[in-house]
Amino acid sequence: MLDAVAAAPVTPARAGEALLEVNNIEVIYNHVILVLKGVSLSVPKGSITALLGGNGAGKTTTLKAVSNLLKSERGEVTKGAITYRGENVTDLDPAALVKKGVIQVMEGRHCFEHLTVEENLLTGAYTRTDGAAAVRRDLEMVYEYFPRLKERRKSQAGYTSGGEQQMCAMGRALMSRPETILLDEPSMGLAPQLVEQIFQIVKKVNEGEGVTFLLAEQNTNVALRYAHYGYILESGRVVMDGEAAALRENPDVKEFYLGMAEEGRKSFRDVRSYRRRKRWLA
Amino acid sequence: MEQLLYASEVLVNGLMAGVMYSLVALGFVLIFKASGVFNYAQGVLALFAALTLVGIQQGQVPFAHLINAITGSHISSFGWTVPSLLAILLTALVMVGLAILIEALVLKHLVGQEPIIMFMATIGLAYFLEGLGDIMWGADVKTLDVGLPQGISDTAEAWTAALTGYGFFIDRLDIWATVIAALLVAALVAFSQYTKQGRAMRAVADDHQAALSVGISLRFIWVMVWSIAGFVALVAGIMWGTKSGVQFSLSLIALKALPVLMLGGFTSIPGAIVGGLIIGVGEKLFEFYIGPMVGGATESWFAYVLALIFLVFRPQGLFGERIIERV
Repeated sequence: MLDAVAAAPVTPARAGEALLEVNNIEVIYNHVILVLKGVSLSVPKGSITALLGGNGAGKTTTLKAVSNLLKSERGEVTKGAITYRGENVTDLDPAALVKKGVIQVMEGRHCFEHLTVEENLLTGAYTRTDGAAAVRRDLEMVYEYFPRLKERRKSQAGYTSGGEQQMCAMGRALMSRPETILLDEPSMGLAPQLVEQIFQIVKKVNEGEGVTFLLAEQNTNVALRYAHYGYILESGRVVMDGEAAALRENPDVKEFYLGMAEEGRKSFRDVRSYRRRKRWLA
Repeated sequence: MEQLLYASEVLVNGLMAGVMYSLVALGFVLIFKASGVFNYAQGVLALFAALTLVGIQQGQVPFAHLINAITGSHISSFGWTVPSLLAILLTALVMVGLAILIEALVLKHLVGQEPIIMFMATIGLAYFLEGLGDIMWGADVKTLDVGLPQGISDTAEAWTAALTGYGFFIDRLDIWATVIAALLVAALVAFSQYTKQGRAMRAVADDHQAALSVGISLRFIWVMVWSIAGFVALVAGIMWGTKSGVQFSLSLIALKALPVLMLGGFTSIPGAIVGGLIIGVGEKLFEFYIGPMVGGATESWFAYVLALIFLVFRPQGLFGERIIERV
């Protein structure tokens, strides 16, 4: 089993033009804390790509390195490069990246609490210059994907439910007319039913608007059902990647992330002790 | 009847005094809303604006004392005077320039730091600006006259006399201050509620990170907010400077703005106004009715006691944004 993992290529040649490419980046926080130790991945245009892994694996840091929100947290890409449409974007500020069509939906929603839901959505259009009429049209488009937001449009975002805030944050990102959305942990703190609903909307937006998604998710099961391709991170490194369908059938993924083994479902305790004995990368 | 009329005159004068407090409080609210920072330098900003205005208006040479001390010359003024309106415009430009400098030299380096660190930075800024104002324009008390009418309004006296048979004494400057403050607040509220930049300003106030993530430039918003705060400080500086002369104690009006903020709430523009009015009226009426019983001089502490009571029972103030916390 271990051999199969080691043999998996880190950046495979894949169908579809790569829109976003991360080449062997290293990220250090506060000049001392090494978080990413050489992460490479490539996101084809029009795909849903999932970044999987446990707490502290480096999923959020990878997304923030791409959107360049790292700087305001005193993080820094010290090695490697990030290219978007073949152009180096490693040192662009977040605003410039939003104008290029890359926007991040942060973990934990981060809605503007004291603004109404509609005002939240409108801030998403901050960088746009194509006029109020176009923004109005897109507002209606967002309300079509998220009918719930239309009902709550006049409420302060801080008083809406977790699911509504997740929708609000995603709708806000959509208002920038993005080509790529970096979606961080959309399932966090939501009921399973709602998680399913959110992922269905991701799929609908992906198909309807042609938006490319790079999403970080702990809920491996759901993510691999909706994504086309997946990368698995562990302690700052990509340890495995492949088509989502293949990953779902991979015995190691099953064991570590889906809590299943050949002899059927394993108890959480067994999975943990097993994992301690066998590391994927020493 | 006589007593009641006299009390209403006190009330009206209290309202006018309250407007002056509100003007200072407004600047605090603006910066607090946009960056979550209590800007200790707001009072000094008003002083600096007033000093600069007088200096430009009277054609003073900036840094005259410094230049004289170094070169042994005796220059003090260019020998011209600048018309009031033009001088105000130039001072407004200086305030924008100051905002850009503050952002580039101080705020930019403190992105992502704790609010307390930003607060400390504004304390440093306050002392720096006070010294800069001193060295640029000199420390003497100056009179400021931009053509605002002063003295007791005859019209108001005649009107109230015709209506009630008792003429109210109202300072014309207070009437003007009220009108100008009302216009200023209307403009600021309209700006923050209905424009794209105003919305971005409120977004930044709520969540820096999220604002960055949708492509709002924090640096631009901060320069904008400090410029507006500088302009509000200029208006406050003109009013207070005209009333009591431009002197360094002007920077202490910030202290009077604190209870106003606690009453109205740190995050509400209308709150700053209503808070100012309540304090203005409250301290005048309290002095009028209760003052004689306790030996007077209640005006110096009334506002602070009121603020203390508010802190205990309604810490967000009358109009402050409720601190939203979901469980």
